[in-house]
Amino acid sequence: MTEAPLTDESTVRIALVVPDLLGTYGDRGNALVLAQRLRWRGYRAEIVTVLSSAESLPESCDIYLLGGGEDVAQQAAVSFLRRGNGLRRAVDSGTAVLGVCGGLQVLGTRFTTGDGKHHAGLGLVDIETRPGADRAIGELGTRSELPGIGVLTGFENHLGRSEVGDDARPLGRVLHGTGNGADGVEGGVTGRVVCTYLHGPVLARNPALADTVLSWAVGAPLDGLPDFPELERLRAERTRVRG
Amino acid sequence: MTDTTRQGARGGQHHGGESCSRPSGQRWRIVPPRGPETGRATLHRLRTGLALFAGRLATNTSKRLGLGSGGIIGGRVALALQPELLGELVSDKRVVVITGTNGKTTTTHMVAETLRAAGEAVSNATGANMLDGHVAALMTRPRADFAALEVDELHLAQLTERFQPAVLLLLNLSRDQLDRVGEIRSVEASIRQALAKAPRSRVIANADDPNIVSAAFDHPDVVWVSGGCRWKHDALNCPRCGAFLEEVDGEWKCVCGLRRPRPDWTVDDTGLIAPDGSHEELSLPLPGQINRVNATFALAASTALDVAPRAALERVRAVQEANGRYEHTVLAGRTVRLLLAKNPASWLEMLDLVADNTRPLVLVVNSREADGHDVSWLWDIDFERLAGRTVLVTGERALDLAVRLRYAEVPCEVTSDVQQALHSASITGSDQPAEVIANYTAFRDLFAKRQRQ
Ligand SMILES: [Zn+2]
Repeated sequence: MTEAPLTDESTVRIALVVPDLLGTYGDRGNALVLAQRLRWRGYRAEIVTVLSSAESLPESCDIYLLGGGEDVAQQAAVSFLRRGNGLRRAVDSGTAVLGVCGGLQVLGTRFTTGDGKHHAGLGLVDIETRPGADRAIGELGTRSELPGIGVLTGFENHLGRSEVGDDARPLGRVLHGTGNGADGVEGGVTGRVVCTYLHGPVLARNPALADTVLSWAVGAPLDGLPDFPELERLRAERTRVRG
Repeated sequence: MTDTTRQGARGGQHHGGESCSRPSGQRWRIVPPRGPETGRATLHRLRTGLALFAGRLATNTSKRLGLGSGGIIGGRVALALQPELLGELVSDKRVVVITGTNGKTTTTHMVAETLRAAGEAVSNATGANMLDGHVAALMTRPRADFAALEVDELHLAQLTERFQPAVLLLLNLSRDQLDRVGEIRSVEASIRQALAKAPRSRVIANADDPNIVSAAFDHPDVVWVSGGCRWKHDALNCPRCGAFLEEVDGEWKCVCGLRRPRPDWTVDDTGLIAPDGSHEELSLPLPGQINRVNATFALAASTALDVAPRAALERVRAVQEANGRYEHTVLAGRTVRLLLAKNPASWLEMLDLVADNTRPLVLVVNSREADGHDVSWLWDIDFERLAGRTVLVTGERALDLAVRLRYAEVPCEVTSDVQQALHSASITGSDQPAEVIANYTAFRDLFAKRQRQ
């Protein structure tokens, strides 16, 4: 919707990618969190909403966010993102991408939908998804393998079971919950493309992950922000909850 | 507002016996021949009698033991003994069934009230909206002429498997408790299947909600109501083929053939325009556009059942609250208005309602089974609008709310319960009533508390 000209180099542009297709679970929240954490540090931030009616994906953004959606919507998102291949070029030049739930499957190499059909993903992360026997639903806790992040907390709700291939590494090891449903791990990371099943939204519950993504986008470590007591309490409360 | 021929013609269908239709749509009644009752029929009749007896016994026992109103348990017992009971209880009634994500309970209250202008009406007024709740409600007034039944979206198919209601209201569909009821597309598909089993029902459906349009589009008898649709985020793409819907606010038309139907009833800022073009003021005790739309659905339903329009209108204007929704009441010694908001679409409506005042605001969010365990949807709501308000948060997910409000830069106070919130020093100086917006189980608990006062 917002197609601001790229005149101001200091504005960090956060692309909310096809939220009309992938945006079922409060996924917009990840964009709000990133933009606000930048503003609190004195950066200018802009959320660029790219609907599936757009010609193609603008390549000038600094962060791309993909949320969750239903099977049909996932396939539509893949065909939109294949057009022009802008996301591939952005990733090749080191731009940060976060895919949550359906976004994980779209960014992966291949996914099989509930009807048994196979679909090619965008192949930006080496991760493949097949339907499981039942939905994994509930609080999910992991210990992240990325430096400086620690425990990740979120809510998972997915049928897919995902396998991380040789060209990716997991985002975290499962402490409680299902995660990828294979090898006791959750999510997948290749370079600066991060995929996860964590909702919450994930960046609202896990400020360390938000700041890692932001530091990639800004190209420098960021100043710390004061802790909010309610966020610390929320993280403590949610990592205690099981199921 | 007057009846049109189209609406009047089929009012009294399903009034005992089988009804069939000629191509013209005219209906008549086949009176079953009287003959000696077969052994099987006798057994069936006895079984129904036993089921009703046992159901009432269970209801009364449960009430005596103080286990709530006892309604559902009685319905459950009776249904277990006679699975065909629901169909039998409605066989001599004209039934209006109400479904959709938001506004079911309020609209059901309004429908029951308008029907009372023409006869006795029973309804599942407490919101027990699955089959056992329907049976329980119907058992309380077996001789009622009408029934207004709220039904859970995913249970409509079970209901139309058992009988075809005279009128079926489809209010709206939006994201709601996603970890529990599945995604909107599957809800829409389920409603579409339910409607395929009820070709003789008159469907009254929301013309401005593409998901509802898709559900009702193929039905042979639909009356369309248009009152706008505030929450668009679940309707940006075609429910059937996924194509982006251009102009979803206007006369949208999809490549697959699905399109916005021409409305029969239109709701504007002050009232409604009936199918005959007449305008009727709708100044209601219940606030907002959303309730003018609910009222119009109720009036369209009663019109389809030949209730005199003037009398129905008077009845709907008298509805003050529906199971506590919108009610001004006293909680913890303070006057409050109770507002229910359980998903992004209804939060949007409720934030609209409180936007025109400066009353203290208490927000309550739980995440039990009936609410859905995932509260990520809090981020779909523009809480930024509350900047400058005094906000208190509580409920099981008070901390999620507080984090959301922090990012919206709306200062809030986290309190342990509504009692503490209403006694907070930050609002005791104000003598205005407080607005309490609560999600499903939180609202239910507050409503129960206020009843005990
Ligand atoms: Zn279409």
